[in-house]
Amino acid sequence: MTPEALTGGFADAPVQSAHAFRAALEALSRPATIHSLHGATPPEPLSVAAGVLILTLCDATTPVHLAGDHDCPALRDWITFHCGAPLVAAQEASFAVGRWEALQPVARFAIGQPDYPDRAATLIVEMPELSSEGPRLRGPGIDGIATLSLPESAAFIANRGLFPLGFDCFLTAGASVAGLPRSTRVEDV
Amino acid sequence: MTDQSYNFAYLDEQTKRMIRRAILKGVAVPGYQVPFASREMPMPYGWGTGGVQVTAACLTPDDTLKVIDQGADDTTNAVSIRKFFQRTAGVAVTEATTEATIIQTRHRIPETALTAGQILVYQVPIPEPLRFLEPRETETRKMHELEEYGLMHVKLYEDIARHGTIATAYDYPVRVEGRYVMDPSPIPKFDNPKLSDSPALQLFGAGREQRIYALPPFTHVVSLDFDDHPFVASKAPHDCDLCGAGESYLDEVITDDQGGRMFVCSDTDFCRSRVAAGHSGRLGAGGK
Repeated sequence: MTPEALTGGFADAPVQSAHAFRAALEALSRPATIHSLHGATPPEPLSVAAGVLILTLCDATTPVHLAGDHDCPALRDWITFHCGAPLVAAQEASFAVGRWEALQPVARFAIGQPDYPDRAATLIVEMPELSSEGPRLRGPGIDGIATLSLPESAAFIANRGLFPLGFDCFLTAGASVAGLPRSTRVEDV
Repeated sequence: MTDQSYNFAYLDEQTKRMIRRAILKGVAVPGYQVPFASREMPMPYGWGTGGVQVTAACLTPDDTLKVIDQGADDTTNAVSIRKFFQRTAGVAVTEATTEATIIQTRHRIPETALTAGQILVYQVPIPEPLRFLEPRETETRKMHELEEYGLMHVKLYEDIARHGTIATAYDYPVRVEGRYVMDPSPIPKFDNPKLSDSPALQLFGAGREQRIYALPPFTHVVSLDFDDHPFVASKAPHDCDLCGAGESYLDEVITDDQGGRMFVCSDTDFCRSRVAAGHSGRLGAGGK
């Protein structure tokens, strides 16, 4: 483990994680709204927002999957030191982090069980940027219609078809985060 | 001043992470009851331990907290929970619905319309709407899985057969986004229409039963009913005797042993602000 892995965590965990959770909660309960997350400086290639989400939500009880470029020694060490989360294969993960291409095929992630739909994975999708231009979204948390830049539509339409099963997503870019729960209906454009 | 012997908002960080993950899954599946490892709190079950844990997981130092018990800010349960978070989180508190960012409630939704950015946290005694019809958790879980909700309609139908009308007046079951039947906690059915399409986020915590569930903003919630016996949001057919409001939910207060009684708003903040604005009812300052 390199000394760099020991840095970049929360300076005041109770307060910073409280602010971070509220932003994440707002993001997931109002899909397509973009919020900012601060407080962590994770190693490359993890974005600040994804790093803050991991510090806020992951611990020894939540297996994490690192996809593609994100599966690097610096990041493995950082998550192990700050969260103690076991790093696992995609099928066993509660949380998965990576670029959209690296997370494919998304069908391998846990979607919950019919009697326990909460036992589903949360994907943290690293995006080049986040904007309000993209497919149209409807559903709980959205007053009418909203739009958000998604990596694609088909996978999210298929995921909504599994409801109440399915994975939930946070989209992150830099310090920005947006939520896309499984309940959101994505329109194909 | 925060009591320094405790972590911010009382709970340890690992517990808060566990509760926060449950809240997020609850938001993702509106109306589904997410199991969580409820902790013992420094108050007995039945005094809002579920709501307190949800509030503790959501609070930030910038929040303004309001706590109500049956609509009132000044009853024992509300006062003690408010004091608890003043001591352990150092947050600002208020009695005004419009100033609050988080409102923890026992069995009422405030009369004043909630706004985006507010979170309403309900204290829930029995989160399972089917529990009194089917005591086995394994069975009710299967019923939710299969959307097997006929039994709930049988219960409402038996109300009609026996009383001529749906007699359920509180804890009135709702269907969320056409999927899960949900217990809205024992709010009067007068409040049920406010559950649907609210701009505020609504979170439900049941401490003893170890369940968390949620209604994101703008979620469609329907009170169960029949075509020929539609849902009616009932209230006492009176105006408030203090502020004169005709549209608020009322408590009946017995005032003597001669049959004297008065009706007052159950929402104390709503009533007080109406009186302050110059409204007056039958027994109000202007009516004497």
